[in-house]
Amino acid sequence: MRTFYPASMFKILKYSLFDLTRSRWTYGYFLFYLIFTFGLLYFSNDVSKAIISMMNIILILNPLIATLFGALYFYGSKEFAELLLALPLKRSSIFMGKYLGLSLSLSLSYLLGTGIPFLFYEIQATGQAWNFLLLTVAGLFLTFIFTGLSFLVSIRFENTIKGFGISIFIWLFFAIIYDGIFLLTLLIFEQYPLDKYALIMTLFNPIDLSRVLIMLKLDISALMGYTGAVFNKFLGTGLGMIVAFGSLVIWIVVPVFVFIRFAKKKDF
Amino acid sequence: MIIIDNLQKSFGRNEVLKGINLNIRDGVITAILGPNGSGKTTLIKSILGMVIPGDGSIEMNGKGIHNNWKYRNQIGYLPQIARFPENLKVKELIRMIKDIRRTEGKEDPLAEMFDLKQAMDKPLRHLSGGTRQKVNILLAFMFESPNYILDEPTAGLDPLSLIRFKELLIAEKKNGKAILLTTHIVSLVEELADDVIFLLEGNIFFSGSVEELKSKYGGLKLEHSIANILSGQHV
Repeated sequence: MRTFYPASMFKILKYSLFDLTRSRWTYGYFLFYLIFTFGLLYFSNDVSKAIISMMNIILILNPLIATLFGALYFYGSKEFAELLLALPLKRSSIFMGKYLGLSLSLSLSYLLGTGIPFLFYEIQATGQAWNFLLLTVAGLFLTFIFTGLSFLVSIRFENTIKGFGISIFIWLFFAIIYDGIFLLTLLIFEQYPLDKYALIMTLFNPIDLSRVLIMLKLDISALMGYTGAVFNKFLGTGLGMIVAFGSLVIWIVVPVFVFIRFAKKKDF
Repeated sequence: MIIIDNLQKSFGRNEVLKGINLNIRDGVITAILGPNGSGKTTLIKSILGMVIPGDGSIEMNGKGIHNNWKYRNQIGYLPQIARFPENLKVKELIRMIKDIRRTEGKEDPLAEMFDLKQAMDKPLRHLSGGTRQKVNILLAFMFESPNYILDEPTAGLDPLSLIRFKELLIAEKKNGKAILLTTHIVSLVEELADDVIFLLEGNIFFSGSVEELKSKYGGLKLEHSIANILSGQHV
């Protein structure tokens, strides 16, 4: 993207981060993960089981928090944006800086909140380090993806309530509704070969993709589910992971690209 | 120097600017007058690139502003509603803007001038309306710029600050700066403005000097001329 002007983007990023370090939400999110992860590791003696439980939380919570904070921060920092728009800065630098600022701040809370307890319990000595790392990466992907989606919705809708509503619906859709519809179609068309359909459907849901990514590595077939199994069968572990990774990257790039496009055309 | 050529802007079906042609000269104070909703703020935001024009062009010091962002280096802007990141302290905000613009500012003499020394360590959310406006003025004037764009600059100012502000404007005008301001305070226009632009429903209704406006629309005082225009006696 030739339109970037990195030096000023990093300045916006710096001040967005600075602004967010003063927010109680940032610390709340960090503390929640810290306490939750410590609790989980303390009560379950098996690290691999703890990772599975963590996964189920992260797949739901990271998208939800990114969605809520995304809308909250975008609407809340409107005046900051208006101040910046009158300065000699590119619009893409301003909004890219804000996006990265929030995504990184959420990522940091999440990384420290889950990382400190696992290091404390010496994850590196249990042979589960790679599984934990993959889980962490999936959580980061979801944070960046859903922050992008909620920024995209927020710039499109001037009305805060509408923006919040649609953002939350997007989360609800991918976290719950999508799987429901997916399962229903599988049930209705069960006499047809549905493997490729299932594979493609998974690519269109970032939460499912993240789940598959982790499952392929954990290789617990009982938990892999239908889509995980399809991924494994068609692509194998290696290629399956590459496809899942690639799709997740696209899930970050496309919404952010559209968001920046909207930002360039908007009247403030 | 700002040259505006056939500027048009609509928000949905609402035509806000209907083809504005305008020259804002150096060393001159230009006042934009007009009732609420006549398009003053939209015109200003178009010059700043915050509103993207539907048609027409804007040139600043010889260069078009379309798809350009560096030209904003040449503007000191005072927005109508001073909206700041509320958690920042005044001096942090000043430091931030200096850092972003990568220039040193002359904030100290301005802080002295507007009696803002005490406010420097306060968070912006704790400031009174008048003090916010003084911070607003400081931010607009702390960088050397050839153009100043001021949207309702005197709102909420106490009498002493108002006098200081007028002195500041006259000094900058003598330095050869192009100054564009909007205001509803007629006495301020009479006192300061060289050129007057009267906007009415998105069109330039009148453009010329204060004296010309008065002689054309009657009234010994400018406010009577304006009242005549607004009540429709000009037809």
